[in-house]
Amino acid sequence: MSEQVTTTGEAASADETPSSGGRRMRLPSSAGRSAGLVIALLVLILVGWITAGSNFMSLDNMLVILRLASVIGVVAIGVTFVITAGGIDLSVGSVLGLASVVASLGAIQTASEGFWPLMVFAGIATGVIAGLMNGLIIAYGKVVAFIATLAMLVAARGVAELISQRQSQVVVNQGFKSFFRQEPLGISIVIWIFAVVAIVGWFLLNRTTFGRRTVAIGGNSTAARLAGVNVKRHTMYLYMLSGAAAGIAATMLLSRTTAGIATHGQLYELDAIAAVVVGGTLLIGGRGTIGGTVLGVLLFATLTNVFTQNNMSTSVQLVAKGVIIVVAVMLQQRFANREGITSP
Amino acid sequence: MIEDDHPASLLEVRGLTKSFGPARALAGVDLDVRAGEVHCVLGQNGAGKSTLIKVLSGAHQPDGGEIRWLGEPVNIGSPVAALELGIATMYQELDVVDGLTIAENIYLGHEISSGGVLRRGAANKATRDLMKRLGHPDLTPSREVGTLSPANKQIVAMARALSHDIKLMVMDEPSAVLDSEEVDNLFRIVGELTEEGIAVIYISHRLEEIERIGDRITVLKDGASPASNLSVAATPTRELIALMIGRDIDQVFPPRGVVAADAPVLLEVEDLALGKHFSGVNLSVRAGEIVGLAGLVGSGRSEILETIAGYRKATGGSVRVDGVTLPHGSVERAVEAGMGLSPEERKSQGLLLEEPIFKNATLSTFSRFAKGGLLDEPAERRATAEQMTALHLRPAEPDRVTRTLSGGNQQKVMLARWLIHGTRVLLLDEPTRGVDVGARVEIYGLIRELAARGTAIVVVSSEIDEVLGLADNVVVISDGGVVAKVPADQIDEHGVLDLVMKGSAA
Repeated sequence: MSEQVTTTGEAASADETPSSGGRRMRLPSSAGRSAGLVIALLVLILVGWITAGSNFMSLDNMLVILRLASVIGVVAIGVTFVITAGGIDLSVGSVLGLASVVASLGAIQTASEGFWPLMVFAGIATGVIAGLMNGLIIAYGKVVAFIATLAMLVAARGVAELISQRQSQVVVNQGFKSFFRQEPLGISIVIWIFAVVAIVGWFLLNRTTFGRRTVAIGGNSTAARLAGVNVKRHTMYLYMLSGAAAGIAATMLLSRTTAGIATHGQLYELDAIAAVVVGGTLLIGGRGTIGGTVLGVLLFATLTNVFTQNNMSTSVQLVAKGVIIVVAVMLQQRFANREGITSP
Repeated sequence: MIEDDHPASLLEVRGLTKSFGPARALAGVDLDVRAGEVHCVLGQNGAGKSTLIKVLSGAHQPDGGEIRWLGEPVNIGSPVAALELGIATMYQELDVVDGLTIAENIYLGHEISSGGVLRRGAANKATRDLMKRLGHPDLTPSREVGTLSPANKQIVAMARALSHDIKLMVMDEPSAVLDSEEVDNLFRIVGELTEEGIAVIYISHRLEEIERIGDRITVLKDGASPASNLSVAATPTRELIALMIGRDIDQVFPPRGVVAADAPVLLEVEDLALGKHFSGVNLSVRAGEIVGLAGLVGSGRSEILETIAGYRKATGGSVRVDGVTLPHGSVERAVEAGMGLSPEERKSQGLLLEEPIFKNATLSTFSRFAKGGLLDEPAERRATAEQMTALHLRPAEPDRVTRTLSGGNQQKVMLARWLIHGTRVLLLDEPTRGVDVGARVEIYGLIRELAARGTAIVVVSSEIDEVLGLADNVVVISDGGVVAKVPADQIDEHGVLDLVMKGSAA
């Protein structure tokens, strides 16, 4: 049975993704480009429904999927900005781990006994500072983003281990715990945070001067610079933004695991980048879509859930994920080539 | 170089005419082609270039006139007849067969066979030799042509022409599908062909290419040849432009204005230096004045502009805009102070090609339209549409993707950007590169109009003639330094070159 599921799933994604590629040619809007993703997601849901029935197709399970998607989703939205500007941030997973450790430090938890948002603030501030360092090294130190953030990936994990002395730091702050235990309208606060971050991110990218600068730098950084855009400063802001998103995600993860651990967020950078790229943001920059990133995250979360519901090994999941990433990137390249951007 | 008293011509065309119904495509074309020369045929779209090619390749029969080949009158009745004479044609729409291999394409119609049996090995070997000769050993005989890039398909078409024993190769706008590196390869191949004594008729409307490879030029205009067999070296650009658009030479460039002696100096450059590139550059440009920088390629012209604009960080000297000294290496501050640079490579340095026109036009000003960080796209569109109308950029659709515009219109988008910005000091690096001739004249007019409105303008062009025609004053650059500043109407191309030579000797 399991074999059958795999083939159906793969056939479905193989059938749907090219059609999304076809849409890309004709519909220039990001909504049009996301149509294929929506269809892929619907097909995946259908597969889940057929194979796992009401275990899958229940409101509770849908909320499980959304919760699963929330933490990585917030990270991915931050990364979307960096990639849209033609950069890359490999450090988000480690920064998330570091932020979870800092936010759950005994001293911070005690200090924020009467005012729990201090913990959240500490987590976000950690992310922003790590992002600032990335940004300074990339924009002013002229180190390639891939290398600079790779270095941060290694270093931030080390700092997190040093601070926590490789111990789990259990969250005892009651205010923090009870805030995150809330479920307005029956939906976990974590999902609400994801939704708010997505909406703010969409607005920021599409409706503000910040977003316009981001797209301009990714599209042609020389042109942006010659037009008077302060490319270096903006690049720095982008990595700070990505770090802040990792910090927010850290507090969300902290509420779920109720412990700050240096190993939190391992390989999240890859999941986030995969979701961004599958979502339709161009890796070479110049075109970014928050909606696509959200769909990309949901696609992977649903995939995981469908596989889990059918008691399939995580190994098979990884293979399926890999296939989806490759197909999506191949379609993207084709898309880029059609528009005359020649690959090296 | 070919001497003027060269012996008999390879091809002589006299009074060639051809009509399609009432439409007169050729109305008397004269042309001589000598062995081993690159003969450029220039003309705007619709001037009759394609018809001329088709007559020479045997695809069309002329109504009147005479074609002489090696001194004998000939009738080129079919494409096969043309090939038998030794005339091969490379069309712009590459007529290669996608489904066949490279070797099959090259020997299509004259397959190597013995007794009806294809000798594939011989064809493959001959193909490999041809590809080696064309500098493309990577194009192996068995590759399918459909998988090749346009540039490589062109190589295949060229190889096919060379697989015949030809004396004349006609190339129809071969550079249209190529990027600059591929154009270099094309020119190298053309050079090798002519060294072997093969003549090339090179059809183009890009003036800058003709200066690089052409020996002689024939200009087509409305089906006739107002000028035939001009020497490239002895014909100034403005004369070619005038011939192509059918206007007098003095109408190519707009009349100069009068720069008031008390007009404020908007741009002052003092002792500007950039490492090894240049040093001691002094410039002062008044409101309403156009200053042209003239010098040879590699003399540092573009670097000077880029350093003034802050794109490169000066290692010495100062730049003042309207009396305010700019910090070195800050484009942002230069733009704030009212300076704008339209870079040499519009596509790679100036424009977001995948974005709509209005986002390019407001790339320097979108923050100004925004309220509290929120974009006001309707206002951006309105401002862009206004400038598009003023610049005659049609159709005035601010949402059109910038990539789809012609070179001339893309240059207008760059001008629109600085007009919206209200730039008072405009630096233009090669403003007419890749712009066709009709649009060139329009852009010259626009630049002069901007000056008349009080903008201080610095123009860099590799065509000295363009600098001389457009500018009020010419600054001659040589060996990374200013050697002279001369009023443009008191110097000609030779004078500029003399100054360049003296500068580099000193």
